Amino acid sequence: MNASFRPLWTWAGVVPWFGFTFLFLIAPLFYLIAGAFQSPEGLTLANMAGLAAPEIASAFWLSIRLSLASAAVGTVAGLLLAHALVLGGLPVGLRRAVTAFSGVASNFAGVPLAFAFIATLGRLGLVTMALKALGLNIYGLGFSLFSFWGLALTYLYFQMPLMLLVITPALEGLKPEWREAAESLGASPWDYWARVGAPVLAPSVLGCFLLLFANAFGTLATVIALTGSNFSVVPILLFQQIRGNVLYNPNLGYALALGMVLIMVVSNLLYLGLRARAERWQK
Amino acid sequence: MKRILPWTVVTLAGLYFLVPLYAAFQFSLQMRRGEITLDAYRAVFQSDVFLNALGFSLTASVAAILFGAGLVVPTAWWVRLRLPRLRPVIEFISLLPLIIPSVVLVFGHIRMFGSSSWLPLTTSDLGTNFLLIAGYVVLSLPYMFRAVDNGLAAIDIRTLTEAAESLGASRLRVVLWVIFPNIRAAIVSGAFLTFSICLGEFAIASLLNRPAFGPYMVQLGQDRAYEPAALAIMSFALTWVLMALMQAFAHMKPGSGLFRKAVK
Repeated sequence: MNASFRPLWTWAGVVPWFGFTFLFLIAPLFYLIAGAFQSPEGLTLANMAGLAAPEIASAFWLSIRLSLASAAVGTVAGLLLAHALVLGGLPVGLRRAVTAFSGVASNFAGVPLAFAFIATLGRLGLVTMALKALGLNIYGLGFSLFSFWGLALTYLYFQMPLMLLVITPALEGLKPEWREAAESLGASPWDYWARVGAPVLAPSVLGCFLLLFANAFGTLATVIALTGSNFSVVPILLFQQIRGNVLYNPNLGYALALGMVLIMVVSNLLYLGLRARAERWQK
Repeated sequence: MKRILPWTVVTLAGLYFLVPLYAAFQFSLQMRRGEITLDAYRAVFQSDVFLNALGFSLTASVAAILFGAGLVVPTAWWVRLRLPRLRPVIEFISLLPLIIPSVVLVFGHIRMFGSSSWLPLTTSDLGTNFLLIAGYVVLSLPYMFRAVDNGLAAIDIRTLTEAAESLGASRLRVVLWVIFPNIRAAIVSGAFLTFSICLGEFAIASLLNRPAFGPYMVQLGQDRAYEPAALAIMSFALTWVLMALMQAFAHMKPGSGLFRKAVK
């Protein structure tokens, strides 16, 4: 049966799906996008230009820096951990246990995660007090859980496991034959990593970095539970705007939402592109 | 000697992962000064607000799972059976929620279904609850669709459907009595993941002003010291259970498994 001659009722089977996703996913998104280019007077670019206002631009800049920092730390830590587990010759049981734990930890985000870290590194947290007893007052030295690096350290709890889970297939794809071939040609371990391992892994690692970046960029609940709404990253600013129109211009909220979606789209598209490139080596 | 470095890395990571859990656990036991008690847990469970919020979110999550499965299973089955060329489009739509932050999604919902819109859902309790569930269904689409689609790939849906139809079954009957039971493990696997996402969800519930578990936890974190630590421990344990169940069901072969054994 040729596709163009399908009876009309064949298409009826997908009406609920398209109806639901149109109403509750696609239309709301386009509603926001359209709103970003409208004012009470008509079409305008003023809202998008409004993103350059100091308050908003600084929120984006803070979000981007926090996401970059948390993704960088997560990428390095997750890569080291994955390398140790996959290529370090450790017991198989240990690897299974860490992988299972990672599946849980990468889903353990949001408010409870913030609570666990307050009990650990808050002003009265276990580690804070233990270090104080040893004569190291970390809050006296300028550390705070409720600051930039405190948040980055908390995000690491779901970023590192995510990195471990997504990079493990790439590390498993490094064939032992490549190392043997390199060694038989006189390469040192350093030569092997610099000329074979790193170039093969690079697209995967960069792709995972972008995935972690997007993961951090959309994080809201953890930030709110840790800092109230004092820490002005973009999701918090949008949250407050929806709550009480803090920007004094409803259409600016649309522009804020569009800005967030654009950053998510770009980082995810780059991730997918890099993943497709990386998969060439995993056949 | 060669393995010192890998062991060091794994030990450091292990400390990083386990210390916060231990700290939260230890903190949760110290509600009564100078004593180790379970008072924090007792205080949580004796609070009506806690029970109401948890009950509300449980109901919303289960509703989202039922709604989501009811939407995804017939669609994925029909597309595999009759419209295979449409599958990439459906899959693409199902992945969209991964790149749309939930705060953006609920913003769109509030504006599109607000009090002055063509379908003012947010003006009534019932409508707002529906909007919350719709939001949760959207959030769960990537996981639900993938789980169900994988489940369908593992069985011969064409033969099953034709066999049922040649015996006189209607389309509805095929979906309910042939397709659903054959991929129940996949559906349950998707359901547990949906559950773990929705139960403590904060942004959508908070912005729709629902008395849900996520906003309750944030409020508790601002008001109390020891109960939040107890909640963190319980949440972690629950997440662990949900993920274990999800894995168990995801790897189950069609037609085998817990349900059948339980019946016998």
